[in-house]
Formats: sequence, structure tokens, C-alpha cells
Amino acid sequence: MNGAVKSSRERVLERIRKANLKAAAPQESIPRDYDRTSSQTVDRTLALFEERLRDYDARIFAVRREEIAAKAAEILNAGNRRRIAVPAGLPAAWRAAGVEWIIDETANHELSFDVLNDVDGVMTAATAGVAVSGSIVLQHGPTEGRRVLTLLPDYHLCVIEAGQVVETLPEAFARLDPTRPVTFFSGPSATADIEMTRIKGVHGPRFLDVLLIQD
Amino acid sequence: MSPRAGQLVQLNPKTAPPFPEAAKADLRDTQLRRNVARATDTIQRKRGALVAEKTDWQALRDAGAAIRHEALANLDRYLLQFEESFQAAGGTVHWAANAAEANRIVLGILRERDAREVIKIKSMTTAEIGLNEFLEQHNVAAYETDLAELILQLGKDQPSHIVVPALHKNRQQVRDIFARTMGLPELSDDPEALTAAARQYLREKFLRVKTAICGANFLIAETGAVTIVESEGNGRMCLTLPETLIAVVGIEKVIPRFADLEVLLQTLPRSATGERMNPYNSIWSGVVPGDGPKDMHVVLLDNGRTRVLRDAIGRQTLQCIRCGACQNACPVYRQSGGHAYGSVYAGPIGAILTPQLEDMRHAQSLPFASSLCGACYEVCPVKINIPEVLVHLRSRVVDRGRRKLSSLFDQERAGMMMMAAIFANRRRYEAAQRLARTGQSTIHHGDAWYHWLPGMAGRWTETRDLAPLPQQTFREWWQQRGQQ
Repeated sequence: MNGAVKSSRERVLERIRKANLKAAAPQESIPRDYDRTSSQTVDRTLALFEERLRDYDARIFAVRREEIAAKAAEILNAGNRRRIAVPAGLPAAWRAAGVEWIIDETANHELSFDVLNDVDGVMTAATAGVAVSGSIVLQHGPTEGRRVLTLLPDYHLCVIEAGQVVETLPEAFARLDPTRPVTFFSGPSATADIEMTRIKGVHGPRFLDVLLIQD
Repeated sequence: MSPRAGQLVQLNPKTAPPFPEAAKADLRDTQLRRNVARATDTIQRKRGALVAEKTDWQALRDAGAAIRHEALANLDRYLLQFEESFQAAGGTVHWAANAAEANRIVLGILRERDAREVIKIKSMTTAEIGLNEFLEQHNVAAYETDLAELILQLGKDQPSHIVVPALHKNRQQVRDIFARTMGLPELSDDPEALTAAARQYLREKFLRVKTAICGANFLIAETGAVTIVESEGNGRMCLTLPETLIAVVGIEKVIPRFADLEVLLQTLPRSATGERMNPYNSIWSGVVPGDGPKDMHVVLLDNGRTRVLRDAIGRQTLQCIRCGACQNACPVYRQSGGHAYGSVYAGPIGAILTPQLEDMRHAQSLPFASSLCGACYEVCPVKINIPEVLVHLRSRVVDRGRRKLSSLFDQERAGMMMMAAIFANRRRYEAAQRLARTGQSTIHHGDAWYHWLPGMAGRWTETRDLAPLPQQTFREWWQQRGQQ
């Protein structure tokens, strides 16, 4: 950039500095007196997590680790969901026979949007759960898959470990990797744009089932 | 029938009629008032219940206010840090000094990619700069994908609320718009059926259109991340399916640290929609390898914001996180609805933001569109003292008028100068009281209140009664008492 014509970047930054000369207070520390740790037992946190998920019309099933495959197959079969997409990194032991598993391979072998739009559902793991708001957090690693995988299918079966569930949002943030993408979802997609009536399922998955691993 | 029906509502502060004039027309629309009252009541009730269950709510407000204050106090540094981290993650940052430049930048990116269509996530910032209209003039079709924005776009209407932009429309009105524009004459007015129609209508566009435009709820300086908070999943569609994504974001939206979201993501959803958490939050930086758009741009927009930053009292306006709680709480907004504010930013926050963005040249009636009851301040999750800014802006409006020569002949100003002279001196004050009492006795008898006064004073009695001057003042009574 030559000296005669200032770029908008320089102009805006200059205006900000000028405006802040007069007004800026010295940097202060942020008062963080809000709840940042859990106030209750693990059992109560898990119970709250279940309750909040049910508020969103999600279903939640407690399982032991060795029961995951059988329970998943049972739920999927009962819902008549045959073709299920999974991220490549999802443990093979979770994929029971009797369901058509469609694997989203990485590196140029990923599934097309049309295929994802057409499957009966998707099954993934998760990074964290937040009990207070019934939220599940994905960081899109190998067991959770890229972001679109849990977006286009109409049904999501999500597997989360009891140890991943925390009570408050700050506890969850402490566990996240800030350098990776993050998706929070709290219940199925919804809108209240028409007369403030909550309608389930606009564009994201309309149905959510959760397997909670308790060993 | 709406008095303004059939007439396209334009939300341009430069041409909008003064608030009292516009509000008077909208107040006659009983359907609109019913819809607005119903929607704001519902959100208020839900918000109230969820705030009450948070025992640390005030601590969260304090932290949120401090985070936003700190971000603004060091805005240059945090914007540069954002730029560096976002570009390191493969994104491109553009800077726009005003609306025209932001529109040109967006069009330039679209032209390079030969894009004739874009899908959009709801964004008040792109509404502020009139991006859709600009793109239309240049033969680019912009499709709104948020349900409320879709209702407005298909119905050729304008937003009336920051969070729920179509709250002035009820289900029958939405049904009529969808039936007409989507070619679905059999459509019912059941919200579920209407939502399903929108899902169907938009899915094809999500899968086909290769370019998307969004705003952002927050930019994170530390990680270069963009944050999108939404409910429907249309946001996730737009930010993962296309090849190119352009975010148009006001410079004030930056926050210092990733962990600051642990505060704002607690207060924003509770304040905005009365939910413990909205259905979806997406946080990511630049281009995520193998996942989503391969081409990501952020356009940082000033458009008057640095001018707001210059005002020591007015600058707190920029702390706003656009939750809309002040609108739902405002006794004026709840009656008038949003369009009377003549700007995409309605309600108390609009009443302080719009005139400042316009350099006090337009929208001068807005700081007066308030009873100063303070409900907006009480609900604000980042503690913007809106009544303080309203009063400050009123004085700026009056001061602006004072500089004009014509103000020498202004009745109100002459009256105020006379009052100042009278109040400055006890003897003048007492003489004025006696004079007024004598004057009153010629037109007024007994204790009856005034329902009508002539001239300028009539502006008071238009909406309120006025008590007559008493026969004896307190001072006179006190003195008399001492003599006895």
C-alpha cells in the first residue's frame, strides 16, 4: 500500500485508536465469580443431563460398554432405520450386523451430500456433554466425523461416556480444544419463528437418540 | 387491515418518518399489536423463569459486561489478533469503512467465482448495509434461509425484531405468503406444516448453491474463530455445504478469548429466546481441512461504529450482543412493534444505536421513544445502561438544534430560557408563582384538573392531565405557620 492512499484497514484502525485514546480505561481483569465447577455428585449430574435431554424430546439409554453394538442395533431396527452413516474412526465393535453401515472415509473418499441426504441416520461419538443445558459437544475428530455428517441425515444416534458429561458450561469449555472446530447441539433442530411455538426439526436432524456409557 | 398494508416498509433511517408519526400508523393495526404482544410476552415469561434458576446470573452479567468492555477498550489489538489467527487458518480478512465498500467487497468475491446465487444465514449486519438489495441490482439472487427471514423475503416485508424478525406475522399470514409464493394452495396454517414446507423449499437450495453469506455472533481474537448461534440448522447448512463462505461482521463483535464464550453462551440464549441453550452453536476458524468451505472470508465493517466508540457515554452501545431482551421488556416497543423505529435495529437498543450510527443527523426522534423506565437496563446481559445513553443522546439532539440560527425563534427554547432565569433566583420564582396564580384565576376555578391547554403546553395535555396550581405554596404555608 503506498503512502498517499490509506487502505480502509489503516483508516478504521486509526479511527479506533483515536477514539480509544480518550476513553480507554486501563485493562482490567474480568470478574469471574460465576459457577465454574460442579456443585453436585456425578449421579445427580447424569440424572440432570438425562432430564434435560428428555425435555428436548431426545431419548436416552444407559448402556455398558460391551452392550453398545447390541443396543444400537436394537434401537435402529425398532425405528426401521437400515442405512446408517458412520465416521471412519468409529470403533468397529460398535457396528452390529444387520444394519447397513455406510462409512465416511477421509481423504477424497468421503460420502457425497446426496448420499448423506439419503441415508436413514448417522451414528457418532461425542467430545463432551453439558448437563445444565442438555447439550452435546462435537469436535469433529475421527469418531465424530466432519460437520456435515451429523447435519444432513434426519436421525442422529450419539454415543457419549458418563465421564464426558459435566454439569456446567465452563467445565465443558475447559475440556475443549480451542484449535479444533466445535459444534454444540441441544436437542433436535427447532424453530419458534411462527407464533413462538417450538417446532422440532427444521433443517438439522429431527430425531436424536443418546447412548450413555456407564461402566 | 394494516394502515400501511400494501406499502413496502422501508427501514432506512435516512428516509424514515419520525417515530411518533410511524408509530401512530402502526398502533392502528390491531392484528400487529396482538402478534407483537403475544410473542414478547412468551419470550419474557420463558426468559424470566430461566434467569431465576441461575443463582449466578448477576455474576454472569458482570463478567459479560467486563468482557465486552475490555474488547472495546483494546479493539485495535484484538481485531489485528483476530486477523492474524484467522488468516493463519486459511481465511481471508477484508476491511470495509462503510456500507458501500462492504457491498462492493462481497460482490467482488462473488464475481470472481461467477456466483449468481447465494444462500444466507440471518444477519442484521447485512440488513443494515442493504446487501440483498445491492446484490439484486447486480443480478445476484440472495436466498434467506432462516425461517423468519424467509417469511419476510417471500412476503416482501422487513424485520421488526432482532431475534424473531417476523414476530409481527401470525400463522394465517405466514400460510398465505407460503401458499402464494411456493405454489402450495392446499397448505394448512399449522406451524408444523409451515415449517415442513420451508424445509422442503430450502433443502434443494442448500444442496445446489455453492456460495453462502453470513454474519457472526462473535469473533474470537485468540483463535481466529467465527461463532454462529442458531436454532434451525440453516446456519450449519450454509457454513458447511457451500464452497465459499463470506461473513460480514461489525468490528465490535470481537471478544478476546475462546473461554469468554463460557459466559456469553450462557447469557445470550437465555436472554434471546428463553432457552438454556439454543439448538446449535458453531465455532471454527478459517478453512477446516476436509470439512466445509475451502474458501472463507470475513469482511470487518465499520460503518459508523468508530464514531460511536468516540463518545464516552454512547460507546457502551457497542457492547451489545444482539439478544433482543430489551425489546421484549420495553413498554414502548411492546405497543408499537419494530417497524416504527425506521431501522433494522428496533426497540431500546435501536433507539440508541441507530441515531449514533447516523451521526445524529437522522433518527433524531428515537432517543425520545422511551419512558426511561429502565426495564431494558435491568434485562441487558452485558449491562448496557440504555436509559443513561438515551438521556445523553436527547441532550445531543437538543444541542444540535441549538446551534442553528432558527433556534433563536424556537418556542420551546425560549420557554426553557425563561424557566432557567426564573429558577435561578428566589424572588423571581416567587413572583412568577404569584403571577401564574393570578392568571389561572381568570380561566380556572376549583380543584378540577386541566384536560386541555392552549399552544405548546397542549402537547402535555394531549396525553396527560395537569393539576392546577395550589392556592398556597408550601413556603407560604410554612411562613404563615411561623407567625402564628
